[in-house]
Amino acid sequence: MALSGMRGLSVFISDVRNCQNKEQERLRVDKELGNIRTRFKNEKGLSPYEKKKYVWKMLYIYMLGYDVDFGHMEAVSLISAPKYPEKQVGYIVTSCLLNENHDFLRLVINTVRNDIIGRNETFQCLALTMVGNIGGREFAESLAPDVQKLLISSSCRPLVRKKAALCLLRLYRKNPDVVNVDGWSDRMSQLLDERDLGVLTSVMSLLVALVSTNHDAYWSCLPKCVRILERLARNQDVPQDYTYYGIPSPWLQVKTMRALQYFPTIEDPNTRRSLFEVLQRILMGTDVVKNVNKNNASHAVLFEALALVMHLDAEKEMMSQCVALLGKFIAVREPNIRYLGLENMTRMLMVTDVQDIIKRHQAQIITSLKDPDISIRRRALDLLYGMCDVTNAKDIVEELLQYLSTADFAMREELALKAAILAEKFAPDLSWYVDVILQLIDKAGDFVSDDIWYRVVQFVTNNEDLQPYAAAKARDYLDKPAVHETMVKVSAYILGEYSHLLARRPGCSPKEIFSIIHEKLPTVSTSTVAILLSTYAKILMHTQPPDPELQDQIWAIFNKYESCIDAEIQQRAVEYFSLSRKGAALMDILAEMPKFPERQSSLLKKAEDTELDTAEQSAIKLRAQQQQQASNALVVTDQRPANGSLPVGQLSLVKMPSMSINVDADVAGQGLTNTNGTLSIADPQPATPSADLLGDLLGPLAIEGPPSAVAPSEQNLMSGSGLEGVSNAMDALALAPVEEQSNSVQPIGNIAERFHALCLKDSGVLYEDPYIQIGIKAEWRAHHGRLVLFLGNKNTSPLVSAQALILPPSHLKMELSLVPETIPPRAQVQCPLEVVNLRPSRDVAVLDFSYKFGTTMVNVKLRLPAVLNKFLQPISVTAEEFFSQWRSLSGPPLKLQEVVRGVRPLFLPEMANLFKSFQLMVAPGLDPNPNNLVASTMFYSESTRAMLCLIRIETDPSDRTQLRMTVASGDPVLTFELKEFIKELLVSIPKPSIAPAPAPPQVQPVSPAAGSLDPGAMLAGLL
Amino acid sequence: MGIRFILLVNKQGQTRLAQYYEYLTLEQRRALEGEIVRKCLARTEQQCSFVEHRNYKVVYRRYASLFFLVGVDNDENELAILEFIHLLVETMDRHFGNVCELDIMFHLEKAHFMLEEMVMNGCIVETSKQNILTPIQLMDKAS
Repeated sequence: MALSGMRGLSVFISDVRNCQNKEQERLRVDKELGNIRTRFKNEKGLSPYEKKKYVWKMLYIYMLGYDVDFGHMEAVSLISAPKYPEKQVGYIVTSCLLNENHDFLRLVINTVRNDIIGRNETFQCLALTMVGNIGGREFAESLAPDVQKLLISSSCRPLVRKKAALCLLRLYRKNPDVVNVDGWSDRMSQLLDERDLGVLTSVMSLLVALVSTNHDAYWSCLPKCVRILERLARNQDVPQDYTYYGIPSPWLQVKTMRALQYFPTIEDPNTRRSLFEVLQRILMGTDVVKNVNKNNASHAVLFEALALVMHLDAEKEMMSQCVALLGKFIAVREPNIRYLGLENMTRMLMVTDVQDIIKRHQAQIITSLKDPDISIRRRALDLLYGMCDVTNAKDIVEELLQYLSTADFAMREELALKAAILAEKFAPDLSWYVDVILQLIDKAGDFVSDDIWYRVVQFVTNNEDLQPYAAAKARDYLDKPAVHETMVKVSAYILGEYSHLLARRPGCSPKEIFSIIHEKLPTVSTSTVAILLSTYAKILMHTQPPDPELQDQIWAIFNKYESCIDAEIQQRAVEYFSLSRKGAALMDILAEMPKFPERQSSLLKKAEDTELDTAEQSAIKLRAQQQQQASNALVVTDQRPANGSLPVGQLSLVKMPSMSINVDADVAGQGLTNTNGTLSIADPQPATPSADLLGDLLGPLAIEGPPSAVAPSEQNLMSGSGLEGVSNAMDALALAPVEEQSNSVQPIGNIAERFHALCLKDSGVLYEDPYIQIGIKAEWRAHHGRLVLFLGNKNTSPLVSAQALILPPSHLKMELSLVPETIPPRAQVQCPLEVVNLRPSRDVAVLDFSYKFGTTMVNVKLRLPAVLNKFLQPISVTAEEFFSQWRSLSGPPLKLQEVVRGVRPLFLPEMANLFKSFQLMVAPGLDPNPNNLVASTMFYSESTRAMLCLIRIETDPSDRTQLRMTVASGDPVLTFELKEFIKELLVSIPKPSIAPAPAPPQVQPVSPAAGSLDPGAMLAGLL
Repeated sequence: MGIRFILLVNKQGQTRLAQYYEYLTLEQRRALEGEIVRKCLARTEQQCSFVEHRNYKVVYRRYASLFFLVGVDNDENELAILEFIHLLVETMDRHFGNVCELDIMFHLEKAHFMLEEMVMNGCIVETSKQNILTPIQLMDKAS
């Protein structure tokens, strides 16, 4: 075998190929890299042949996925070599290894230019190709005139000119000014008279780029394109080598039809007629043949023709011909054609009024929703979503719901959202809507955002007829085993308000309702506990005459939560407890919620925006875009009122009635509801209101009458009772001022709180602002973790320059995969992040995330919830095991003891719950002293492997602010870190201050000592 | 912007040829290749040749032990790309005569030359096999 003429390279490649495993491969590659490095060091001794060989090896190694961080200079220097073989390698390898911003490229700009203007054709081609692939702005400015000259030169051969065309395309993209429209449009038109199909193929790509930004200047090219298409379609003067399975260059045909789609219309009747003749011929004349390649090629042309016909808005007859074709396609066996049929039918929906014809294929499309191929299922889902209207909503939504139970994980979120949007948009009646959403929550609760269930509450509150129905439904769902937490929330809310309407039905007495809801309490998170407390208060109020037994039960619960760690819950417990003792007055205070003002659903608004986007994204839908521009403009003015007042339209989307009060209160200088305070700034792009939707929704619950009248009393209640309700606000306050210095964009919600919540659960929102939402989903197995960051662009325009950098503490190995630089409008990208825990440590990793929206550069540093407790797994041990271990770990440094003072007072069961939530398994009864608590857990890291940890807490019932803690494990560092970690849990609550007057510069959820030790925490503290 | 990358990967998921038309860091490439290869290699013959991944649409085709994967943006004619893959394979066939994985492996530079003649900046430059191969043949004669 003639091995590429480079023996050393072949030997190396075959060595790598013979490696048994990745480790061997790495060793071999490292050896080679070392070798190349040494050889490059004394460059003088290298022959051009050797240099070439080493540079190819570098490229090979780079392709295998190894970093090659040297030798770039050698590769680049080959460009200046006088001989073709070296020069060629230099150009090719440089364009593979370097990016356009690399400094070395500047060094060769002159050589490149000389090659381009020189006489040697082959050198010209190499230089043009490299500039075409990686040329940046500087190249654009210094080379564009030369490249243009080559492209239009009559003495240049096609092989140079075709490359010049695409090189110019690159330079034009880097700097549009290099093409002077006035002079160039005539040139383009002349270029299209070219006979050589290679040159035409390249020129057509250039034309597509030019017309996509400015079709007006290139009208004269339109008839030329039609003529090219005619020439190809009639197979006139097409060399054999450009005919692919009997079809004259399908690629040029496709490109030409693509270019035509950028012209809004064709006015000249002759041109129009010729074009339609060609199109008609393609539509009618494309048959299915046996040869796969021929079939694909002819259908590539056919699908492009379909797109062009749709774009040109042909007469009805031709349109229905298109739909008929697509209808045929979506039913064929060939999966590619089926996929494209569905895709193009969806496009068709956007452009023309053919819904009714498409609807005839509904059954077939629903079948595709169950196709074994996920690519096809996705297209079917998009199409069903697009074709849904009042007439078929019931069928389609029910299909989606049915499919939801079996759908793969990757599609559920999208399915759930689409079903919710369609249900709301086209609900024939409200009870159906409630049914659909409850089913959604039941089947895919994880994917039902809060917006969706708020909307249900809103509908039910505003429609009296719906209330008993909704209450009965909610009651039924609670009977199911394993109810999703969102279902608990919505059911508890509805039953709190309306369960009295069911009182006569079996199983619906206040007591029964209470007990079925209360069953769920131990399993739910704090935000839900807050809702449950409100529900209990409501049930109590509705129970007339009062039931003393129920009353005692509920009072006992309120009592218990009066000392809850969570300030919100604590406040509710205290308030409800004292309110419920007011007797008859309770009836007034806890009366039913008033109706919500009618407003557009946030969900629908989102959906509308998304539709606008999708139309904008694609070039094919240029016409659709133009039609929609009118409505688009409306939306914009709606959002940005000229007088600069609060953009009410936008504000009223998601918030609940108490929102306006919060803003008022804030203006009045109360400063308590700081999270919402940012709204009062008349920002042209308003922050989507409030993280604390729950608070907004439930806030006015404790009050009677129209919300606005009561707001002050709510505030008074809070400050009057001297509760710790401020702590949340404090966190937020501490955040806001620092944030403002660097970013004009306000985060939505409290970053610190989101972080703390994520320390306890594995999915949720890490960060949100008006433009972006960063969600996290994590899986932990032993010392490995896999996080997925979900970067969601909330807007109708792309977010650019997105950058994510992980600043890992030394004990974590973290690898973040590709974060795309641009996040398309309304799109969500997922970036997996692999974590390996090397050693025990409490340090925190930080995500340094930045992006640009318009001219605003936003940069945030976010702590990542890869914290110590994620590497713990609760493990129960028997008394025997515990004591033998406990004894064998006899003292420091493996067993550490400390008396901790200033502990937040907790009763033992509460402490046990707290421990449980951090994966520490409490073993009741192991310690004979009832005031003590013993727990065990397994810690995982690479250095310690799985290691058992034992904890003992001794409390003093007469003084709950102090305790003695003993922690033991087989690793001194682990013992120390775990001890400090638990200490932080026990003393962590920020002390309530009366007025959060001067904002502390740093958030201090952890003890200051720990904070200052840890660079990550310090960084994050700056947030 | 058309074609964003072209990957040749064998059944074991080893990359045999990679050409990107937008700059990605090494880490990004590794991640992208890993994810896409996992997705595509798991698919059966009865499934279609298009896979949606992040902002890309991957058009792929299998020849014996080799997978040809082409990443395009959402606005590209999928079947045209699918046949472009075949054109690439036919061109390699004409040059190597019954091309196989080893040919591409051991003649990495030739494979690059061919791609260089066929695609530039993510756009198709040439579809005539004769024209694509002329420079390579000239070079072979010279050496």
